[in-house]
Amino acid sequence: MPILKWLRRNLVVIAGLATLAYLILPNVVVMVFSFNKPNGRFNYSWTRFSTDAWQDPCGVADMCGSLSLSLQIALWATIGSTVLGAMIAFALVRYRFRARGAINSLIFLPMAMPEVVMAASLLTLFLNMGAQLGFWTILIAHIMFCLSFVVTAVKARVMSMDPRLEEAARDLYAGPVQTFLRVTLPIASPGIAAGALLAFALSFDDFIITNFNAGSTVTFPMFVWGSAQRGTPVQINVIGTAMFIIAVVVVTAGQFIANRRKNSAKA
Amino acid sequence: MTALAEAAPSRQGDLPVRKGSTRKRLVPYWLLLPGILWLIVFFALPMVYQASTSVQTGSLEKGFQVTWHFQTYWDAFKEYYPQFVRSLLYAGTATLLCLLLGYPLAYLIAFKAGRWRNIVLVLVIAPFFTSFLIRTLAWKTILADGGPVVHALSSLHVLDVTSWLGWTEGNRVLATPMAVVCGLTYNFLPFMILPLYTSLERIDSRLHEAAGDLYATPATTFRKVTFPLSMPGVVSGTLLTFIPASGDYVNAELLGSTDQKMVGNVIQSQFLRVLDYPTAAALSFILMAIVLVMVTVYIRRAGTEDLV
Repeated sequence: MPILKWLRRNLVVIAGLATLAYLILPNVVVMVFSFNKPNGRFNYSWTRFSTDAWQDPCGVADMCGSLSLSLQIALWATIGSTVLGAMIAFALVRYRFRARGAINSLIFLPMAMPEVVMAASLLTLFLNMGAQLGFWTILIAHIMFCLSFVVTAVKARVMSMDPRLEEAARDLYAGPVQTFLRVTLPIASPGIAAGALLAFALSFDDFIITNFNAGSTVTFPMFVWGSAQRGTPVQINVIGTAMFIIAVVVVTAGQFIANRRKNSAKA
Repeated sequence: MTALAEAAPSRQGDLPVRKGSTRKRLVPYWLLLPGILWLIVFFALPMVYQASTSVQTGSLEKGFQVTWHFQTYWDAFKEYYPQFVRSLLYAGTATLLCLLLGYPLAYLIAFKAGRWRNIVLVLVIAPFFTSFLIRTLAWKTILADGGPVVHALSSLHVLDVTSWLGWTEGNRVLATPMAVVCGLTYNFLPFMILPLYTSLERIDSRLHEAAGDLYATPATTFRKVTFPLSMPGVVSGTLLTFIPASGDYVNAELLGSTDQKMVGNVIQSQFLRVLDYPTAAALSFILMAIVLVMVTVYIRRAGTEDLV
């Protein structure tokens, strides 16, 4: 049986592509249903084709407001956690100091803890302090859980850096600040960029910790959560699809530019 | 996503030894100070507050007092142990499924994709950029009653078997354990694939050739060479899947019914709706203890202690 033989030989490829389909399927559904015109309040079953939602993406009360709030929080959380995280990463790789073990565990633990535990404990702190829940408590929480991921991403890059490059700069009479700005930072920048991107994605999409510490402030994920109870507007799918397309275009363009740079460096 | 693998302590040998003025010696501390302070105040200190809350008694009106009432832990566990068991069971099943589904795809990207590699990688990461809640809601459409998936499964008599096993109910997939596990598997699959891919990609392809030259069949090569070398990816992938899945309450809420509530759902409703803070704090500590113990034992057993 040639077919069976072919199947056996390509079993890994078939299984892998099936998994890929499983991963992509919900995105396809989100995309298709952004062109739906549902009868009831919920956009779960196909009724008929329409581009209404695409023509009026902000037609739902409060949705675009929550979207812009999420973008603002993600932006500030990215800046905050990237600056703090990169500083920790440099200190961990480039210097020797006491309490290294304790600091490593303090950075590792937030990644090894179910989110709901961190969310609940942070809320007890805020309640005890009598803090007003809202924008600032969300931002504090987001910087906290993004920090460890940034440290990890930047550390990986700084560790693979050749320390002789910095020594060479110093031998050529560059001061510490100049060495850092002209040599260290440019080489570490891919790691810092990766950490920042990760932080942005984590913050923008976070629901569990935000839900505990937001009070009555509504971020975009919380808007979606609420609409799952009250009725899901088609516009949610429009935003989801638009985000997906923008992400794919940006990532593909980034790789295209990186490839061209690599090729021109070869030539 | 190789977070756990890279959280390893840095190699001491590489560190340049610095001798200099006191000001220079203080540099690392100044670099560490703001970030570490942030983690102490907003990660470690809350744990202390939560520990204190869990041994308080009282009511919302009169206020809570620390009375060292450890009974709360026992009461909470006794009342909600089905949710604990369910959480561990669902998270465990989802982790296993992620490994089984994710391994072939990671292998495909690392060894078979060729010039398609970057495109497939983008497709694995891209779903991240659509809010996971929107994507989880899409499963409501996919698994809808009478929809194509349910129809196909029931005409193939798959649903008869799964119903007999108690995974589904009659001709429904939504609001059953299968829907929740399916959602958990879907949500955490990229966290499995990326570490697996990273460790597979590092394998020297000449090792495969060597195994072939020594008359190993492809299956033997996989068992004796590829899989053992991918163990770091397997360990960090399973951890990155299991830990968040065990505390998740989104999938159980959106895809399950009241019979599929996990411990995350209980903590959430005790904290935000019932406002029984001591019970919620105790539950969250029990969950944390269970997860930390399981993770520690697992890492010891897997023999990759340099992960932590």
